[in-house]
Amino acid sequence: MARITAGVGSSHVPLLGVAVDQGKSRDDYFGPIFAGYDWTREWEAAEKPDVVVLVYNDHASAFDASIIPTFAIGCGERYKPADEGWGPRPVPDVEGHADLAWHIAQCLILDDFDMTIINEMDVDHGLTVPLSMMFGQPDTWPCKVVPLAVNVVTYPVPSGNRCWALGEAIARAVASFPEDLNVQVWGTGGMSHQLQGPRAGLLNREWDNRFMDMLEADDDAVRHIPHIEYLRETGSEGIEMVMWLIMRGALGRKVRRLHRHYHIPCSNTAIGHIVLEPVE
Amino acid sequence: MDIHAYLEEFEDIPGTRVYTAKRARAGYHLNQFAMSLMKAANRERWKVGERAYLDEWPLSEDQKLAVLARDYNRMLDLGGNIYFLSKIFSTDGIPFAEACSTMTDMTFPEYRQMMLDGGRSPEGNRSIKGKY
Repeated sequence: MARITAGVGSSHVPLLGVAVDQGKSRDDYFGPIFAGYDWTREWEAAEKPDVVVLVYNDHASAFDASIIPTFAIGCGERYKPADEGWGPRPVPDVEGHADLAWHIAQCLILDDFDMTIINEMDVDHGLTVPLSMMFGQPDTWPCKVVPLAVNVVTYPVPSGNRCWALGEAIARAVASFPEDLNVQVWGTGGMSHQLQGPRAGLLNREWDNRFMDMLEADDDAVRHIPHIEYLRETGSEGIEMVMWLIMRGALGRKVRRLHRHYHIPCSNTAIGHIVLEPVE
Repeated sequence: MDIHAYLEEFEDIPGTRVYTAKRARAGYHLNQFAMSLMKAANRERWKVGERAYLDEWPLSEDQKLAVLARDYNRMLDLGGNIYFLSKIFSTDGIPFAEACSTMTDMTFPEYRQMMLDGGRSPEGNRSIKGKY
């Protein structure tokens, strides 16, 4: 049977992709950010996950304003890096796992999550930057990916509680897939940042770290943080952190923290990164 | 969940326009216009004549003037969302952080220094009514 072996949380700031693509990841500005991922790159190389369920948001790349799915799952065979206005990132195409993705999609719908199914789309920095952070610059990505796109732009976005519950449902779905697969769930985005208005540039080190403490806890209090708290405390774009709750919900009640990293700033954003494994 | 109370709280955050359904509706064509700049051919036509390109879209005159002036706060007021509007400043060759700085009361060098120093503090920036 397939099994979820670990969860990873990570920011997905586009500038990190630029740093990788232009060979700047060890300079004075980016060095401290990337150093916090060194442990994870070694760990991933040893873990060799077969599939990553990668939770992210599209930034007006694959979806425009005409259709806004709350939760969309990629069931295609492969995805190309999107042209976000500067040309596509020079990274490998992303290979899907259509069998597992369709299995998860069916299970989720029967489990009362009304998923949107995507067969074709390009994937933007929200998905490719975490792959670069965790795997570096290989010729092909070392695992298959099930993209799971969440609307965190147009309000109301899904609640933290709903995201957590979706993670639980994903765990049930993975556990019933007959093939023996090592599956990780990644929640991406955040941490605190605000990209708009006179309050642009807001960062909140204390709140972000409390959020990561709550992810490590044995209880599920973190799922009940309301939208207004993310907005007030972490800026208008900090709401992306609800996507980390899908990852956390998929890991079960108790987790062990394997690694954690926090750095301010990367452009407008606070960088956060955590690796958790489920404890029986 | 009471939708009215939920939405009202959003108006209490200083210097922030939460992208609600009301804004998404007012800004639909503004955002779709911005999205059209993802295509290289459209960017070329836009650069040749911004006003003529805008006139192809069902935008209000206020929205068109805000775009021409690159007044991003005004565009947000008129329903723009920053991820869509980013297609305008990326076409202008301006980095995200610089575009953000134009929405604040700082110059870009001042804004960049604030970020290096740890960013804008949430202290006093969480609630208009509560002043905390």
